[in-house]
Amino acid sequence: MAEQHHGSDHVVPTRIYYGIFAILLILTGVTVAAAYIDLGRMNTVVALAIACFKALIVVLYFMHMKYSTRVIKLTVIAGLYWMGIIFALTLGDYLTRAWGTFGQQITLR
Amino acid sequence: MWVFLLTEILFFGGLFIVYTVYRVWYPEAFTAASHHLDIPLGTVNTAVLIGSSLTMALAVHAAQLNSRKGIIVFIALTMVLGSVFLGIKGIEYSHKFHEHLIPGPHFAFEPQFVRQAQIFFSLYFMMTGLHALHMIIGMGLMIWMLIWAYNGTLGDGYYSPVEIVGLYWHFVDIVWIFLFPLLYLIGRHG
Repeated sequence: MAEQHHGSDHVVPTRIYYGIFAILLILTGVTVAAAYIDLGRMNTVVALAIACFKALIVVLYFMHMKYSTRVIKLTVIAGLYWMGIIFALTLGDYLTRAWGTFGQQITLR
Repeated sequence: MWVFLLTEILFFGGLFIVYTVYRVWYPEAFTAASHHLDIPLGTVNTAVLIGSSLTMALAVHAAQLNSRKGIIVFIALTMVLGSVFLGIKGIEYSHKFHEHLIPGPHFAFEPQFVRQAQIFFSLYFMMTGLHALHMIIGMGLMIWMLIWAYNGTLGDGYYSPVEIVGLYWHFVDIVWIFLFPLLYLIGRHG
């Protein structure tokens, strides 16, 4: 009854799932270790980069995005694009106001 | 299902943008408040949740191969790991309660950050609470999957429900992948 399910028919070998699981655990360790190293502002960048990569491999392999149709890929990209618009416009607004930047109060003359 | 997950991205995205704006405004207070979170418990919970994503992926795999026993075993394992996560989260919440870190009249913190730190903890409880609620919903859906696997509704190549619950569960995992560094790991080198 192939017409009953709309997901991907691709059966992923279980060793790929175990491999992704191992990578995710290692990256969790790396992200905790990296938090204790002083990288200045780069700490947040590194933490987010690792988180994005972890999210990416979860989406690609656990959620079978790698084997999905183009319309599903496009759907996800559209969602992330909207998220990008929210962040870009909101921060574009808040960060350019004189209420304070990065914790330092601006003294208005 | 993916369209639903997009609405969820934007739903959590709203909280993430509020978090970003306040963190940019009050970085010192957020650093100080983040130091009150328990990294070992948070790390263990991250590993537990990743493990539950693995068992969920294996449950979908079992469903694809028409293995009723596989579905039941791996869904049950996922629910156990999900319960462990919520249990540890409960322990963390009770610590925060005893340390007077619940925003409100009894909130106690270093005087210079007392107001801003309440914003951090409001966001902490809102974001992790909403995440926990998603997990409870996910585990409710898994009970349904267990029943369907047991009574034979799933099978004969019909496994979309398991796959959809799996997508939902992995999404919840991804939310935590971002929450963990953003809430627990701010300015730890200081």
